[in-house]
Amino acid sequence: MTFIKSQFRHPDTPKNKLGYTSAYYEGALSTLCAGCGHDSISAAIVQACFELDIEPHKVAKLSGIGCSSKTPTYFLSNSHGFNSVHGRMPAVTTGANLANRDLMYIGVSGDGDSASIGMGQFAHVIRKNLNMVYICMNNGVYGLTKGQDSATADVGSVSKAGSVNPYQPIDLASLAIELGASFVAQSFSGDKDQLIPLLKAAMNHPGFAFLNIVSPCVTFNNNPGSTKSYQFVREHSACTGKTDYIPVMVPITHSSKEGETSTIELHDGSAIQLHKLDNDWNPEDRLSAITALKKAEAKKEVLTGLLYINREPIELHQIFNTTDTPLNQLDEKVLCPGNEVLKGINEGYR
Amino acid sequence: MPTPQTIEKANDIKLNDFVIRFANVNGTGSASANFLFAKAIFRMGIPVTPKNIFPSNIQGLPTWYEVRVSEEGWLGRRDGIDFMVSVNPQSMPGDIASVRPGGYFMYDSTKMLYEEFIRPDIHYIGVPMMELSVRAFKDARQRQLFKNVIYVGALSELLGIEFQALVEVLNSQFKGKEKLIEPNVKALQMGIDFVKENYHEPINIRLERRDLIGDSILIDGNTACGLGAVYGGATVCTWYPITPSTSVAESFNKFCSKYRIDPETGKKNFAFVQSEDELAAVGMAIGAGWNGARSFTATSGPGLSLMNEFLGLAYFAEIPMVLFDIQRTGPSTGMPTRTQQSDVFEAAYASHGDTKQVVLFPSTPKECFEMSAQAFDLAEQLQTPIIMLSDLDLGMNDHISEPLVWDDNQKYNRGKVLSAEILDEMESFGRYLDVDGDGIPYRTYPGTHPEKGAYFTRGSSKDEYAKYTESGEDYKRNMDRLLKKFNTAKDLVPAPQLYQETNQSKEGILFFGTSKYAAEEALHLLKKDGKTLDAIRIKAFPFNQTVEDFIHSHDRVYVVEQNRDAQLRSLLMIELEIDPKKLIKILNYDGMPITADDIIKRV
Repeated sequence: MTFIKSQFRHPDTPKNKLGYTSAYYEGALSTLCAGCGHDSISAAIVQACFELDIEPHKVAKLSGIGCSSKTPTYFLSNSHGFNSVHGRMPAVTTGANLANRDLMYIGVSGDGDSASIGMGQFAHVIRKNLNMVYICMNNGVYGLTKGQDSATADVGSVSKAGSVNPYQPIDLASLAIELGASFVAQSFSGDKDQLIPLLKAAMNHPGFAFLNIVSPCVTFNNNPGSTKSYQFVREHSACTGKTDYIPVMVPITHSSKEGETSTIELHDGSAIQLHKLDNDWNPEDRLSAITALKKAEAKKEVLTGLLYINREPIELHQIFNTTDTPLNQLDEKVLCPGNEVLKGINEGYR
Repeated sequence: MPTPQTIEKANDIKLNDFVIRFANVNGTGSASANFLFAKAIFRMGIPVTPKNIFPSNIQGLPTWYEVRVSEEGWLGRRDGIDFMVSVNPQSMPGDIASVRPGGYFMYDSTKMLYEEFIRPDIHYIGVPMMELSVRAFKDARQRQLFKNVIYVGALSELLGIEFQALVEVLNSQFKGKEKLIEPNVKALQMGIDFVKENYHEPINIRLERRDLIGDSILIDGNTACGLGAVYGGATVCTWYPITPSTSVAESFNKFCSKYRIDPETGKKNFAFVQSEDELAAVGMAIGAGWNGARSFTATSGPGLSLMNEFLGLAYFAEIPMVLFDIQRTGPSTGMPTRTQQSDVFEAAYASHGDTKQVVLFPSTPKECFEMSAQAFDLAEQLQTPIIMLSDLDLGMNDHISEPLVWDDNQKYNRGKVLSAEILDEMESFGRYLDVDGDGIPYRTYPGTHPEKGAYFTRGSSKDEYAKYTESGEDYKRNMDRLLKKFNTAKDLVPAPQLYQETNQSKEGILFFGTSKYAAEEALHLLKKDGKTLDAIRIKAFPFNQTVEDFIHSHDRVYVVEQNRDAQLRSLLMIELEIDPKKLIKILNYDGMPITADDIIKRV
């Protein structure tokens, strides 16, 4: 393992429309274990932001505590970041978003951070439909404290130490759909081709977008018998279909036949192109999305891909009817009613 | 029990100086009738202090409303009830027992009083409140409500409240609901008529118009705090309901809904979030503060406990926000509808590790307003949470206060924030670099500059450039800078109030918050008895030099506070290294506001 990050770039390295190379979207050198799934997700975030020509300073990345929550240091070093407290990333992101609605908010959490200590905040940020990308790097294990089962570990999954998990797992993806999340997808850290388009679609989604990404822990949960190991996920992965994200919509022939391409046009002219594998599943129907997840679960499979999307979500600022100008840019002229008004208020208390 | 009773003529007339208590059943609409009584006296230009002594209950349990009238202007509580209005059979035995000898007991004579309730040393006044109400009003709810207004009418005739003052209060109370005025006036008149017809002897408690109020207002501290947050430029309020703080958030929302709506679009220049719990409430406030909005949360003791972890983050990561703690009687659920000053320690050292928080102690509604607004400046100047430590007595009870004033030339002090233009000219940016030597670094808002000023905020240890570090040296340097910043705060926070220009005594008395009212009265009474004490009222933590000098220049200092463990005294001992023997405790912690008597008997 090296502790020095190479600054060398080939002069012909491609640049995006803003003139930045993908390296500009990278972060500090990761201190996670070599082979950690989380690093692949960080790389996918870098690639998605690069390809979408996102201005790094228009992104805020926030996290809770745990291995997953360390990752915002390892991508987008030109964005402000906030590594907060355990399980509370949603609250901090909510406040940040209320202060400035013009930025894009990427929240990173893990299965301990989301499904245990932060379960309440996970549920309530979904209820509020905060405009953010919520990424759960899900490995079924507490890595930083060396290998305890988490609440997403499957019943019967065997830990590295050999113990068998007796508890029911919390299925974050179906829970998110149930709670009303307006965009829910599931993926695997090892499947970059699937992950990058899903990330792009999530970043473009004007409401709460949840990505539950199975991301194996190479050190504590990659052993035989674990249902979150690289081998298990590769062998038990079923896909809703191949997903592409098209930033600006180009006309595509609609088709809903199994195995063929269908297109979900989005609010701003962009589109999600789906190559559906299962004709029973309709990504705009919550019931069918949950059914698809439960069917896969019965087959002991991990269903990946886009699961559910509500194309016209009503996000928190719309609910509140907050002003278009970010609240952090308002000054005393707008905010302070002044002494004349105060005189009138005094009068009401005489 | 004979009714009506003859009222004896008393020799010592209590003119504009008495305590009256109303014993009601919670949820029967007594609050607005009792307020009508107190407000009418206020309108007559006489100093008055109403206090609600209510249960943690919505309907059915006993509740009391106590009004002290003091021509001399003493606004603290006073023990000894001169007049009791009893409308609650549940609490009647205790209510009768609490009247001072020679005092009065008014009751609903629709039902006979039990023989064992008769005390020979007090006067009984029977008014058939329910009977009168039933006769005049049809609807059951109305009968219940107007029974209360009938006793206010009866009292006004007995004590000398001007009818016009009552009508004026009704007019403003029912603005927009004018059709309610007429039945209220009718009920008042019924009480007045009953007394006129049945009582002919004057009683020894009288009210007479004065001009002692001036342009003062009658307002509760929580309303003033919420309004202060509006004037102070808060845009994000995140909170979770808890007595007695709820009305801070509600006040903010109410005034914002009136004064913070964009006239062109109708959109809101604020965000108001009722969160899922106190953890989320403070987390949201921190997120908003980090991102450059003025934000606050309001809570009480149990909420403050929950917020402790996050307060450590905000302290260590240096994020501005304001937290209102309206203290109630703890620990745990304690007595949630009673007052106390028992979160001093929890506020001052909130969170694990070495933390010191900036705390403000308002005493009056005017200070609630001013300090709330100032708290937002301080939070951004110091890049740290500011805790406004009020209490139930100040927060939920109406107090006479000087009118609220705002200087329109005043600009918000947004602290050390770097703009894109300044960043352009800078070689490098160190988020935690002490450039000015005051311990306060510079910060940037997310989204300011395309290529400069981004940094990583974390609760873990970092160096001056916001880089993660586990170096003991780096950690220590940062902790020392935070201490330096805390010392800088000493001269930015509100200075204490000294009650004398030069010392008059070897003994001093020190107090804060709502103890002010009782302490000022105690000082006056002690002086009348020939004992002069020097006095200081503390308005903030950290303590500044004036506080230290005051203590050092006296042989002993009485420290008045409303908690069991003398928390402020400990804070003085710890922070100023004062000899404990020098600081004499005067404590009150029964959940009721402290009285001058409580202080005098311990001096």
